[in-house]
Amino acid sequence: MSSTYLGMPAFPEAAAAATRDERLRANLRHATHTIRDRRAKAVAELEDWAELRAAGAALKNRVLRHLDHYLEQVEEKVTAAGGVVHWAADAAEANRIVTELVRATGEREVVKVKSMATQEIGLNEALEREGIRCYETDLAELIVQLGDDLPSHILVPAIHRNRSEIRDIFRERMASWGRAAPEGLTDSPAQLTDAARLHLREKFLRARVGISGANFLVADTGTAVVVESEGNGRMCLTLPETLISVVGIEKIVPSRRDLEVYLQLLPRSSTAERMNPYTSMWTGTTDGDGPSTFHLVLLDNGRTDTLADPVGRQALRCIRCSACLNVCPVYERAGGHAYGSPYPGPIGAILTPQLRGTSTALDASLPYASSLCGACYEVCPVAIDIPEVLLHLRERVVQGGRVTVRGRRRTVRPARGHTSERAVLRAAQWVLDRPGALRAAQRLASRTRGLHPRRLPGPGRAWTDSRELPRVPSEPFRDWWRRTRGGAQESPGRGSRAGTSGASGDDRGQEER
Amino acid sequence: MSSRERVLARVRRALADVPREERPQDVVVDRGYLEVHGSRTPAQTVDLLAENLADYRARVHRTDAADLPGLLARLTAEREAETVLAASGLPAAWVSAVGSPDGVATVVTEHDGLTLADLDGVDTVVTGCALAIAETGTIVLDSGPGQGRRRSTLVPDHHICVVDCGAQVVDSVVRALERLDLTRPLTWISGPSATSDIELDRVEGVHGPRMLEVVLLDPPL
Ligand code: SF4
Repeated sequence: MSSTYLGMPAFPEAAAAATRDERLRANLRHATHTIRDRRAKAVAELEDWAELRAAGAALKNRVLRHLDHYLEQVEEKVTAAGGVVHWAADAAEANRIVTELVRATGEREVVKVKSMATQEIGLNEALEREGIRCYETDLAELIVQLGDDLPSHILVPAIHRNRSEIRDIFRERMASWGRAAPEGLTDSPAQLTDAARLHLREKFLRARVGISGANFLVADTGTAVVVESEGNGRMCLTLPETLISVVGIEKIVPSRRDLEVYLQLLPRSSTAERMNPYTSMWTGTTDGDGPSTFHLVLLDNGRTDTLADPVGRQALRCIRCSACLNVCPVYERAGGHAYGSPYPGPIGAILTPQLRGTSTALDASLPYASSLCGACYEVCPVAIDIPEVLLHLRERVVQGGRVTVRGRRRTVRPARGHTSERAVLRAAQWVLDRPGALRAAQRLASRTRGLHPRRLPGPGRAWTDSRELPRVPSEPFRDWWRRTRGGAQESPGRGSRAGTSGASGDDRGQEER
Repeated sequence: MSSRERVLARVRRALADVPREERPQDVVVDRGYLEVHGSRTPAQTVDLLAENLADYRARVHRTDAADLPGLLARLTAEREAETVLAASGLPAAWVSAVGSPDGVATVVTEHDGLTLADLDGVDTVVTGCALAIAETGTIVLDSGPGQGRRRSTLVPDHHICVVDCGAQVVDSVVRALERLDLTRPLTWISGPSATSDIELDRVEGVHGPRMLEVVLLDPPL
């Protein structure tokens, strides 16, 4: 795409979407394969990976089974260390709390470090509505924000943009957000990164309010932990006078010692590094060092509903490493946008329908956005059995059952006739409007054919056992995938056709019939 | 009902399946993982630290107390640093030679009155550290003496961190957490900042110091 493209009248939307879709697929494929290979190497370096993984899962189980105890402990410790703790039952309340806190400072601008929780609640938009400008400072988030776009990957949210697109976005948009892109900016990643450094630096030095999430909250000390690579996190956590951190209630780990598990699991699983460049830990406030005011907003927003389901609960162990995205054949083809939430890929397929419920067509369709190959479970550093939860949620969509919605127990009715299939098809319609989502729509629609209610034997657990899906060794499947599908999608211009046939990636569903 | 009570009540209702008498410690956590990976002599541990630091693009130097001032003078001169910030509590001798050959560099000792704009004008910051982790190539700062406030090691573009190899090098993440005080603000640094956000090409130096130099200070024999 040249820079003149952006200056021209808009191309018909479908054409633009198709172009983007092709590029998206190429980028995604390159990215996911690169990261997954690097991750495998980083993990292989540790002979005790299996033990770390088991401990990582068990510690989170301990927290989840006694979450009330740990929440109260966090509150007590953070307060004792000079922080102020707020509780938000849902997104609207969290946004209201943050908005009021920013207003109280008199500031109209905040700097922000990438956080899934704040994306989930739509904080930027909420602040914008109140006249508060929120500057994203993660490079990828900056690209997304300047491009007026949506993130598509947990770890590399701009994975769907290539370098020349990014250069164009910087040239066109930086000036209206602050310091303009340097003259003669090329598309070399080093130059683009440098442009971002200069653009953001003036904002960091000026900012008086910072907003973050946290990767971990240590219950017995009240310590918050942010793991990052670029240093924008350190800037946001250290330079402003006021720091507001919005953190999901599942982010707690019991004690300081437990960080030894997660600080080994997370960097290797996510960026395939022995250790990420920067990790910040802070406990309340410290005189003369860093923000003088610290607010912690504890966010529920569907997490307690998820907690109420003993099978689905394990999704709350997630440490957002994104390893499951990078091994997922469906994600590789569909891209992150198709999942309709900030949580894409396998984790999104099990988390979103639990956080939001399955009342919308899109959310009801998410448990079907998988070929159940089990690769996600194998790489998950906290051993979330994603296929198990997917089957459990499919069963709920199709057969109905007891669920908790906003803290209230409800019985959802089983889908009548073809309701679930229709739901999925409606979802497909929905994603057709979104760039890069076409493939997902086709896959989802196709998927339902194999999952007609009458064809789904229950209970799901037994079905899993008889098919032994999660236990299928990943290598043979992936080899198979590469051999039969890897080549098929290399032919550009036939993208949508290839995608349709790609739906048969659910080979085991085919066998079942 | 306050939101605090509402959330806590929802949590308790959600956990109806958890037996009432179960306590957090009843949930078994098997810590069968290793505290240290491999066995090494102290000298080998320092070598591993050097190797891993370099692998993540920190520049590594080894010296002893006698040669440290000369080395720091050379490193700051190489960068043509005009303003060098010494973290408060840093041994004065360390930076005693900085600036002396040509008299260009000014050494400023960190103090309360330093503004962000002042820091933005600093070319190089020199600090010690709380400890360094060999297996991961990480240095950890805890804002203690000689380590500076967090912003002092963040805004300048060049950070020189001195590690006392006699007392500050630990093998592993487990060993590090045993020693660290979490009530202090901690910054774990493993190489200079980096991003792979553009087509997964790794670019070193985004925000924070784009150049990290680690000086491994050998203990006196
Ligand atoms: S589900 Fe597991 S693999 Fe996926 S992002 Fe969460 S922790 Fe990582």
